[in-house]
Amino acid sequence: MSLLEVRDLSVTFTRSGQQPVRAVDGVTFDVAAGQSVGIVGESGSGKSVTSLAVMGLLPARGAHLGGTVTLDGNELTSMDQRALRDVRGRDVAMIFQDPMTSLNPVVTVGRQLTEVLTRHAGLRRGEAKAEAEQLLRRVGIPDPVRRLGEYPHQLSGGMRQRVMIAIAIACRPKLLIADEPTTALDVTIQAQILDLLRNLVAESGCGMIMITHDLGVVAGLCDTVHVMYSGRIVESAGTKELFGRPSHPYTDGLLQSIPRIDADPADLLHTIPGSARDTVPWDRGCAFQPRCERAVDECLAGPPPVAELGTPIVPHPVRCVRPVGEDVIVHEGNVAR
Amino acid sequence: MSLLEVRDLKVHFPIKAGTLLQRTVGAVKAVDGVDLDVEAGTTFGLVGESGCGKSTLGRAIMRLTEPTSGSVTLDGQDILALGERKMRAVRRQFQMVFQDPMASLDPRQSVESLLTEPLRAHKIPGGSAGHAKRIRELLDVVGLPESVVHRYPHEFSGGQRQRLGIARALVLNPALIIADEPVSALDVSIQAQVINLLKELQERFSLTYVVIAHDLAVVRHISKTVAVMYLGGIVEQAPAADLYKQPLHPYTKALMSAVPVPDPNVEESRSRILLQGDLPSPANPPSGCRFHTRCPWKQATKCDTDRPALRELPLVAPGHKVACHYAEDILAGKITPHDVRPEDVELVPAGETTSGTEAAADATEAHVAGGLTPGGPPGAH
Repeated sequence: MSLLEVRDLSVTFTRSGQQPVRAVDGVTFDVAAGQSVGIVGESGSGKSVTSLAVMGLLPARGAHLGGTVTLDGNELTSMDQRALRDVRGRDVAMIFQDPMTSLNPVVTVGRQLTEVLTRHAGLRRGEAKAEAEQLLRRVGIPDPVRRLGEYPHQLSGGMRQRVMIAIAIACRPKLLIADEPTTALDVTIQAQILDLLRNLVAESGCGMIMITHDLGVVAGLCDTVHVMYSGRIVESAGTKELFGRPSHPYTDGLLQSIPRIDADPADLLHTIPGSARDTVPWDRGCAFQPRCERAVDECLAGPPPVAELGTPIVPHPVRCVRPVGEDVIVHEGNVAR
Repeated sequence: MSLLEVRDLKVHFPIKAGTLLQRTVGAVKAVDGVDLDVEAGTTFGLVGESGCGKSTLGRAIMRLTEPTSGSVTLDGQDILALGERKMRAVRRQFQMVFQDPMASLDPRQSVESLLTEPLRAHKIPGGSAGHAKRIRELLDVVGLPESVVHRYPHEFSGGQRQRLGIARALVLNPALIIADEPVSALDVSIQAQVINLLKELQERFSLTYVVIAHDLAVVRHISKTVAVMYLGGIVEQAPAADLYKQPLHPYTKALMSAVPVPDPNVEESRSRILLQGDLPSPANPPSGCRFHTRCPWKQATKCDTDRPALRELPLVAPGHKVACHYAEDILAGKITPHDVRPEDVELVPAGETTSGTEAAADATEAHVAGGLTPGGPPGAH
């Protein structure tokens, strides 16, 4: 059994007088202990909402949740708020994009760290302080004693993100969710933070979900990748398999359109035409169809089937009727091969 | 001849202290002695991390921020010597494209009004009919339908808004366009569209670009020449292909090795130079070479005392300029990198000192405990 099992997760936002918006639709994935799972997508693809849903952080009003999220055998979506609060911080922890907005600006770094330790780990204040010092050291902050007494604004962006990571790992969570943890940072600092996360997962054996728009970050950090588009996972595979054989036209187009630092530039970049606004509801066809070079009539004949391009041991499911490199049109009948 | 020549440009922002009598107690040296030449019809890429002064340099070239000293020559004319009225006329020749088109386009102006404003402000003849024709041309050029003229910025997607920002920059037929992070606010699939558009426009209208960006891959893709900035100065400048093939400055090496590559096989095998610590404060920059506090190749002499000039290495790399005393030795492999400890490079605000021995003891302990990621020579990963 996996550490985290997400089954058919859906999130619909409703507002009075407006059409409901389905932000996440039938998302299914697993995270094993010690595994890093990447969820990649552009803005609006539903990747962050997925992580909030897993954490149980969506607003009770206006957000309708479907499906199940099971962590270590415990179903989270049906758990009451109080029990969930114990799980968050202790079993699951989250690192957000912007540490300045997620740290409390008027509370010292030390208090924000010891709060977690006294609340979840039941340490006394003295013990918590010693532990906090160890944690800051572990995430690579020099002179931790002095830093504990400082406020978030006194730290640089990279330092702040290290503090966030220290808070997240304080209770040795089983699962770490990192939502664009390095997007606000410079590349050299990003490299430091990614290196730290890589070591943490390797040392502690926790599972990690890495949510990002940056395929480069995923390539260096994750074991498996799920690509999201318009609320659904359109392709999943092991990292090397996915980058070696991108099969959804969206994944393929995305990889081709990124300028690379290690390759001589072609004259013009490959582009995906249009924008994420040009879409089709999933129940009527493929949401990517209006932007897709490989689109055929079958793309608009109902929800696209999932073609399994991998093997039972190394799965590579693709939600597409005409995956890249395949000549046959995938029908409901010939989906599993 | 170069279209744009910048010589020894400095932009220092004073730091004031005191409530009543504002004394100047120091200066943030955002740009500190920059020379650059941009050939007409080419793209000059300016890369660096946040706080290195690249945006300030871009703004200073346009005199949006008044430089402290130095000269900026556009098409043979020293624009820093111009008075306000003449400057206004010269501004037609260079325009800027900003990072966030939502913030740089007035939300209450329609597309028509946004695009005619520069024409009216510069009293371009043609009347409203002529202006309307020009706008239709421009929208076509940037790939937007004519029907959008009565729409407002919020009705567009991010990529379309950036197309509008580019159209607005093109209205006056400028010779030089300074684009500050033109694609960094856009999604990956949209970035490629805008990069291609910039390239196509350059060919079509023989535009000259200065592209300021933190994304080295984007800059590599569109630039002919690339300059790397660190703490207010250019540390390396070379034709794009040379720079990326053989970075000479230790900072450039580290910067490039830190950029993630979307290919797991490359990521697995490439060597990384992990820099320790953060960018020092530009109010109190390190002495000598500004990078010496974080440099894995730092030597005992010169590095911390003499500021290296940007010089060409005619024998080993013609056309390639670098500001490092030991560039040749590093290139020849005579100097090998060593560990840099994070406490040596910690950001210390002006006027504050840490007890050095204590910090050093802490970090050594952490190293022993194995909790820290070592500064690591390249190849450690």
